[in-house]
Amino acid sequence: MRVTFTVNGRRAEADDVWEGESLLYVLRERVGLPGSKNACEQGECGSCTVYLDDVPVCSCLVAAGQVQDREVRTVEGLADGDELDPVQACFIKAGAVQCGFCTPGLLVQAHALIEHNPAPTDPEIREALAGNLCRCTGYEKILDAVREAAAIKAGVA
Amino acid sequence: MPTRAPDRAPRDLNQSATTGGVGDSPTRPDGPLKVKGEFAYSSDLFMDDMVWGATLRSPHPRALIRSIDFAAALALPGVDAVLTHEDVPGCKLYGLDVRDQPVLAIGEVRHQGEPVALVAADHPETARRALKLIQVDYEVLEPVVDARRALFDPESPRVHPDGNLVRHQPVRVGADVDDPAVRARCAVVVSGEYEVGIQDQAFLGPESGLAVPAEDGGVDLYVATQWMHNDLLQVAPCLGLPEAKVRMTLSGVGGAFGGREDLSMQIHAAMLALRIGKPVKMVYNREESFFGHVHRHPASMKYTYGATAEGKLVFADVEIVLDGGGYTSATSNVVGNAASLGVGPYVVPNIRIDSYGALTNNPPCGAMRGFGAVQACFAYESMMDKLAAALGLDPVTIRQRNAVTQGDKLATGQVVEAPAPVAEMLETLKALPMPAPADTSDLRNLPGSTANTTHGEGVVRGVGYGIGVKNICFSEDFDDYSTARVRLELLGDTVGALVHTAAAEVGQGLITLEAQIARTELGVEQVVIHPADSSVGNAGSSSASRQSYMTGGAVKTACEAVRAAVFARLAEDHGRDYDDLSLVGGKIVSHAEGVIGTLEEVLAAGPIEETREYHHHRTDRMDPFTGQGNSHTQLAFAVHRAVVDVDIELGLIKVVALDLVQDVGKIMNRLSLEGQLHGGSAQGLGLAVMEEIQVRDGKVRNPSFTDYLIPTILDMPPMRMEILENADPRAPYGLRGAGEPPTLSSTPAIAAAIRDATGLDLRRVPIRPEDLTEVPTDA
Repeated sequence: MRVTFTVNGRRAEADDVWEGESLLYVLRERVGLPGSKNACEQGECGSCTVYLDDVPVCSCLVAAGQVQDREVRTVEGLADGDELDPVQACFIKAGAVQCGFCTPGLLVQAHALIEHNPAPTDPEIREALAGNLCRCTGYEKILDAVREAAAIKAGVA
Repeated sequence: MPTRAPDRAPRDLNQSATTGGVGDSPTRPDGPLKVKGEFAYSSDLFMDDMVWGATLRSPHPRALIRSIDFAAALALPGVDAVLTHEDVPGCKLYGLDVRDQPVLAIGEVRHQGEPVALVAADHPETARRALKLIQVDYEVLEPVVDARRALFDPESPRVHPDGNLVRHQPVRVGADVDDPAVRARCAVVVSGEYEVGIQDQAFLGPESGLAVPAEDGGVDLYVATQWMHNDLLQVAPCLGLPEAKVRMTLSGVGGAFGGREDLSMQIHAAMLALRIGKPVKMVYNREESFFGHVHRHPASMKYTYGATAEGKLVFADVEIVLDGGGYTSATSNVVGNAASLGVGPYVVPNIRIDSYGALTNNPPCGAMRGFGAVQACFAYESMMDKLAAALGLDPVTIRQRNAVTQGDKLATGQVVEAPAPVAEMLETLKALPMPAPADTSDLRNLPGSTANTTHGEGVVRGVGYGIGVKNICFSEDFDDYSTARVRLELLGDTVGALVHTAAAEVGQGLITLEAQIARTELGVEQVVIHPADSSVGNAGSSSASRQSYMTGGAVKTACEAVRAAVFARLAEDHGRDYDDLSLVGGKIVSHAEGVIGTLEEVLAAGPIEETREYHHHRTDRMDPFTGQGNSHTQLAFAVHRAVVDVDIELGLIKVVALDLVQDVGKIMNRLSLEGQLHGGSAQGLGLAVMEEIQVRDGKVRNPSFTDYLIPTILDMPPMRMEILENADPRAPYGLRGAGEPPTLSSTPAIAAAIRDATGLDLRRVPIRPEDLTEVPTDA
């Protein structure tokens, strides 16, 4: 089947999509956006998190056909050209990136958190990111990054 | 040279920083690519005409293969090839230390998940369907699943023709521990039997890569690994190719933790690519990943300690059995580590340790962060607490009374030559502030969290301590050298350094450190990290916490050689010698005469490039009968204090604090270092309270992230850390490897805290809810 959708503001078309393919597979293997990651492919790790019409979802659990005519925003669509979103910049600066495989999903999830809750408390950050596994960092630097990104976006840092 | 490169092949990482030398905390050169989703991991590689490889694996832990019929699979439209062991072009066996592992099973399978056949197809789903069409006729045999039986019962079937023992390493110190004179010196004798479950590395980036057939009959491999040159040593003979025709490039590695030291898809993808003449991509899914790499050895350990009334250790009697599963992998060296560090960082005058590694039909085990030292640490630290309780001593006091310090001997007789202020580290740790009592007004602070299982009733707090000692770099006479090539050249109107090694950046931040060393040694701002590949010399493995030491040492040495060449060229240009030169901010400075030249001037005649190997000092093999010998290159120490809240009615645990004091010799990059200490502590927490590959009758019951749990952001407490810098004079910059020690000490600290809270004699990690829901007998 053919799937047509908008991804990071651009129209994307994927042909010969098999009905069982996930949005994650279509992004990674058919439209050249491998930023979303394939760590568990069963909705447990959050590495493939993307926005689907402004709601963060595990793209591995979304059937490709479900995105027909809808809008997807991936980690590749967070930066404004060369200018990183504060969440991205803070992840680098705070040391929240090690191997980086969880990073794309965490960035989208953290980005969505701050959109909805501009001044999250630590327990709120932890709850919001509880579905994103990271094996490298022990999460402490991720908390630092999200706190700082929220402060920057709120204009207080 | 590669015939052609895939899209998203690894590229140079170019970073300019005005500061960012050794001791600073510059950010990662790969950071911008990683946050933009543009970093090329091994599962991201793409070529237009590539096909997908897939692996058929044995469902049985032990079986004979009577026949394999793949005609139906081969007939499926879209399938390019189906291969079995008969198609392995060269040597049919490979292995990290011992060649005992078939590339594809030959007549027999020795563990569940053993690769049996390969498929290449136009789509992963076609490949999956083709795998289902392959008919393997198995004669299922009763698996060998008990490591002690495998070792000690002569009636046990043999997993391999040579028997089930990989290595027995004894350690003998002082008098016979059964000697009545030894026993007479003891005020108390305590015993414990301890078990450690199988832990998985659970790196997030699955085993994956791309094999591209080349015009010269060779193959270009883009893979995620920890040690390219050892891969090469194993891959080339199996392909029947000279090593020069197997070119490896490190693609983005999504974590490793030991799990990529053994091969996974390397030979398989290359075999398929060479057979069909197209690029072949292989990507394991999570379930396959659980079968695609070795795990941490499960351990069964029997300890008896005797001590004086003051708490001074008199003897230790230790038996450690490590289950290596179906193939040897790194078991021999894991046994050596468990033996040499079997009583940890304590002075014990009389020792009998017997450490064994077994072959069984359980999942294969090999390298994982901590490598044999983790298992022993859980047992010896549990014993120190048991001894303290028997003597009415504080857990910190008993550790301080027995802790090694500089000049003391380890169980192997090796003298601790560098500073080892273990007792002082405990004092520092003890003085760190304790967390406040749980604020029960917010459920998220309690065990069970928002599941609303308690509002504080039935919740008890406990505190525990753990000390770990880890050997850094390879031990036992292994020359695990590293190689670095450094080139200084004009890049437009600035001077840049290009650093090229084969060392695997697996997330730990090695490339950041390489650039820092180049900045410090060469006084330049611009540093380019070349993709790691096999065209430069061996760098050894990204394991044993060794790359800062070894590849750091190699980069430093190569930079020194470049610097010397710069000075020599300048001296030649000036027609005279100098003996007081240094390189500062791109200028060549004579101590006596001031600035006498610039790098731009010197390099106008062309770049300067030097390649150097770096070797650590030689170590000894352990004596096969006594275990004695200077077997370790470097030792590193960490101490943890854990505070836990336990809901004793439901057996739920919340780790409230996990504070750490660690001696790293030299803080090379605080930001990266802290990340290693946090992450290492988190993996120890996982082993303490949640992580286990559950195996029944040789079969894995939980190969998914739904059922194999790793810590989430809700499970990790905030950590207080004190990082000490007692230099090791033999190491570059005085540094000590840092990644592994916290993984050792956090597990026993948490277990001790749970024992403290519950009064239970917990002998096994991970500690499960059902282990806690009995009412303690002494409560």
